[in-house]
Amino acid sequence: MASFEKAGPSRPVVESIRVDKINPGARFTGAVRAIIVLAIALVMLIPIYVMGITAFKTRGDVVASPPLVFFKPTLEGFMFLFTDRAVVSAGRIPEFEALAEAGKMNIFERIAFENGQEITGPSPFVKRLTNSVVVASISTVLSVLLGVLAGYAFSRFSVAGKDDLLFFILSTRMLPAVVVTIPIFLMYRQLSLHDTQLGLIILYTAFNLSFSVWLMKGFMDEIPREYEEAALVDGYSRLQTFYKIVLPQAATGIAATAVFCLIFAWNEYAFALMLTSEKARTAPPGIATLLGRGGIEWSAIAVGSLLFLIPVVIVTFGLRKYLLRGVTFGAIRK
Amino acid sequence: MAVEASPKTAALARTRTGRRQLSDGAIMNLFIWPTLILLIAMNVFPLFYSLYLSFTNFVVTANKAPVWIGVNNFVDILTTEQMWQYFATSGKYVVLSVGLQTIVGFTLAMLVRSKFRGSGVITTLILVPMMLSPVVVGLFWKLMYNPIFGFFNYLLGFMDPATGPDMIASRFGATQVPGLALLAVVLVDVWMWSPFVMLLVLSGLNAIPDYLYEAAAIDRASSWFQFWRITLPQVMPLLLIAVLFRTIEALKSFDLVMGLTGGGPGEQTELIAVHLYREAFAGQFRTGHSSALAYIILIIVIAVSNLYIRYLNRAKGEG
Repeated sequence: MASFEKAGPSRPVVESIRVDKINPGARFTGAVRAIIVLAIALVMLIPIYVMGITAFKTRGDVVASPPLVFFKPTLEGFMFLFTDRAVVSAGRIPEFEALAEAGKMNIFERIAFENGQEITGPSPFVKRLTNSVVVASISTVLSVLLGVLAGYAFSRFSVAGKDDLLFFILSTRMLPAVVVTIPIFLMYRQLSLHDTQLGLIILYTAFNLSFSVWLMKGFMDEIPREYEEAALVDGYSRLQTFYKIVLPQAATGIAATAVFCLIFAWNEYAFALMLTSEKARTAPPGIATLLGRGGIEWSAIAVGSLLFLIPVVIVTFGLRKYLLRGVTFGAIRK
Repeated sequence: MAVEASPKTAALARTRTGRRQLSDGAIMNLFIWPTLILLIAMNVFPLFYSLYLSFTNFVVTANKAPVWIGVNNFVDILTTEQMWQYFATSGKYVVLSVGLQTIVGFTLAMLVRSKFRGSGVITTLILVPMMLSPVVVGLFWKLMYNPIFGFFNYLLGFMDPATGPDMIASRFGATQVPGLALLAVVLVDVWMWSPFVMLLVLSGLNAIPDYLYEAAAIDRASSWFQFWRITLPQVMPLLLIAVLFRTIEALKSFDLVMGLTGGGPGEQTELIAVHLYREAFAGQFRTGHSSALAYIILIIVIAVSNLYIRYLNRAKGEG
């Protein structure tokens, strides 16, 4: 039975034709263990659950004391996060009521009107989200591209001082973000890269590069060299074997690396906070500044957090085979 | 041959083979150098630049050229009592959170070690927190900790905000309890990163060969003995790697605190990286001074890494 492989120290016998060999306590302790694990998992997931439900609470429900577990869900938080609003003057209320009657309002406009407001346009957060998408995706493509090339070279060629170079590449990731940010801040001011998407893209590419090189080298090491050698014998050039033989086989590894890079860039806060102010600011520092804007819109913050939670949950499940590699820079594979 | 090929013969060679063939060496350089150049520009150069700045009195907003002041910045940092306070806070934070993560993570790994129905899904669910953005985690835990409408107090049974703890404000009822805010940060960090320790320990546990346990069972070794003599030593290298990663990350800890407490109340959760940010970017922009502080942090991070790597090698050597 599959469930008995690697069952840990001195596996107890729970199924046998010899009754005297069966350890009756083992099934019981197994069940107890499962229940304990389930309980711990549920407790650990409470904050995530709370965040999920808070995103759908009204402003009033969020601050209810004691906190509400059951409530009428609303999209108010989404509206608060994504739109800028103004108070509807008393004189214009009939006009708005007529619109609402005629069903000519979309859901956000209706919710805003119920709060006595009209939507004046998208909020700055929309811009930050766009920045996040642009910066995260472009930097991911770049760092994976460079990582695949360097990973292949480190895996296949005898690079002079290979171990030292690899260690150097890894060590760049160990630097505290704040340490490198001071000089980069000055550099970027000179090059007018401060508060630009390009500046962040370059920095995130460099930041993820160490990770992507290490991970890709690991994946490349696992591809048997025999295929390439056979292709070389058949008259393929080195470059041809690289993109016709090696790349297709590394596809899964490339995808896993890309998703990890994407999540890192998507989650990144420190660099974005220090190197952007308005134009190129991304979502993570953007959510944090929501705190400051006249009273805390908890539901809007929860909606913003949800935008970070959902991709992460999908990725965690999609990549569970590669998670260990991912968090240890490919140093540990299984 | 050292004779350089004229453009003509090179072109001829190209047409003859149909395609220009790159040598392996050229490909190697082509593949590696873009990476190295980017890392040198974005990491090595900045490091030297800030090393230089750390010996100057540069203030980025002051529009004055940096003036060399020798080791004054370093002397100033190491003789300011306030700084030692920040280092002490960081130290407490690192020891507490890494210690707890190790214990919780190890326990979790031992619990999910033997598979049961649905254990794969549960293990993966437990891993979700470590993939989240620390600043976002900090923000929504701030909501959790709210004494009036947060779930933390509610679930612990403190219904009345007047008598319950306010973790972020370091208050229990009306009395100030210093250290509560730091504990709040530690708790969130443990919540977030115990799964990481679990993941590493689990892979270590799965790699232990069965015959060790079989031999122990034949010798009728107690499960306590098995744990101390087989499980623990076998898992030790991976556990050490987990602790190393976590220690380095905790020393650099910045995002979580910024989201959760912003260093407050007062300066109770002002970790050294948070203070560095404040000095370098908020308020005075003391670039030279903060570069010196950054270097001190960097040296500590490197020292800790080396310490662990040495232990790691020793652990591997014994295994």
